[in-house]
Amino acid sequence: MMIYLNLFITFFKIGLFGFGGGYGMLSLIQHETVERWQWLSSSDFTDIVAISQMTPGPIGINSATYCGYTACANAGFSMPMSILGSATATFALVLPSLILMILISKMFMRFMHHHSVESVFRGLRPAVVGLLAAATLLLCTSENFSTPTENLWQFCISCFLFLAAFYGVKVVKINPIRMILYCALAGLVLLYE
Amino acid sequence: MKNNIYWESFKTFFKIGIFTLGGGYAMIPLIEEEVVNKHRWVEKDEMLDLIAIAQSCPGVFAINIATFIGYKLNKTRGAIATTIGTALPSFLIILLIAIFFSQFKDNPYVAAMFRGIRPAVVALIAVPTFNLGKRAQLNVWTIWIPVVSALLIWLLGVSPIWIIIAAGIGGYIYGRIAK
Repeated sequence: MMIYLNLFITFFKIGLFGFGGGYGMLSLIQHETVERWQWLSSSDFTDIVAISQMTPGPIGINSATYCGYTACANAGFSMPMSILGSATATFALVLPSLILMILISKMFMRFMHHHSVESVFRGLRPAVVGLLAAATLLLCTSENFSTPTENLWQFCISCFLFLAAFYGVKVVKINPIRMILYCALAGLVLLYE
Repeated sequence: MKNNIYWESFKTFFKIGIFTLGGGYAMIPLIEEEVVNKHRWVEKDEMLDLIAIAQSCPGVFAINIATFIGYKLNKTRGAIATTIGTALPSFLIILLIAIFFSQFKDNPYVAAMFRGIRPAVVALIAVPTFNLGKRAQLNVWTIWIPVVSALLIWLLGVSPIWIIIAAGIGGYIYGRIAK
């Protein structure tokens, strides 16, 4: 039962400190669910991000729902109990936003353009870039890419798909969802075992 | 009439929740269309202000905006209605997928597809790193902040939450001194 309390506290914290939109939040989710609590493996997390990206709805909500479910399922809970886990994570993620935005609407609207508040945000912006960079680096694991000794073919293909996806989305501006579908197709053809 | 506007705002944000694909800034035009042009709940200038605040605050952007507008319409209960409206479609769709995906996960075709998808997802997280870096207008004097933050998290396992707190305090102190 402790897992529900831990899920609540963890996702409440993520909602409270999740600056920089869905992607900024991913590095917090990754740190808490994979590194700290080890509810998910690195590849579980990557799969969740992929699915969250491809399905409608904000990425933050999608991945919280999914992480809550998978965390309970991995811990051996039944399906209804896992659903409760996903509800807990989603509710906890949304709660800080709800409280904070109501407080701001009620009394702090005029402070938002205050010098001190703007200074705080000026410090946060470059740090969020670092958070995203860390999330990228932390996902460069053998689970996601394989290794040259373990499976040289898969490793080379993985590196190629990484570069192709980066170039495709950043430079050619291919829609990320379409890019995921292309890479799924490439995986099916090249990495079938 | 009162009941009507709860339902109306819930429905509108449910729709916004469903049609946000890929998340983030792609949904701003849709929110503006619904909230400003169609329902006239908010003036255009006020909307720009709300977007700016919702973006700088922590949490999911869509939820932040939904809460703001719900609160403006019907105080706290209105905020709860729009927030649930935004989160519900995601929750239901993901739940369905989560329940069924565990059954297909070990299928060799699905496994092969995900072996191809995983490196692409890492790239998809790398791209906004650079885009955000551009928007944060990093220069020679500030580039160390993301570099040091990333190294602390990556190599030393420091929690991103500490980085956020330190950066906020750092920005505040810097603002004091520069003033």
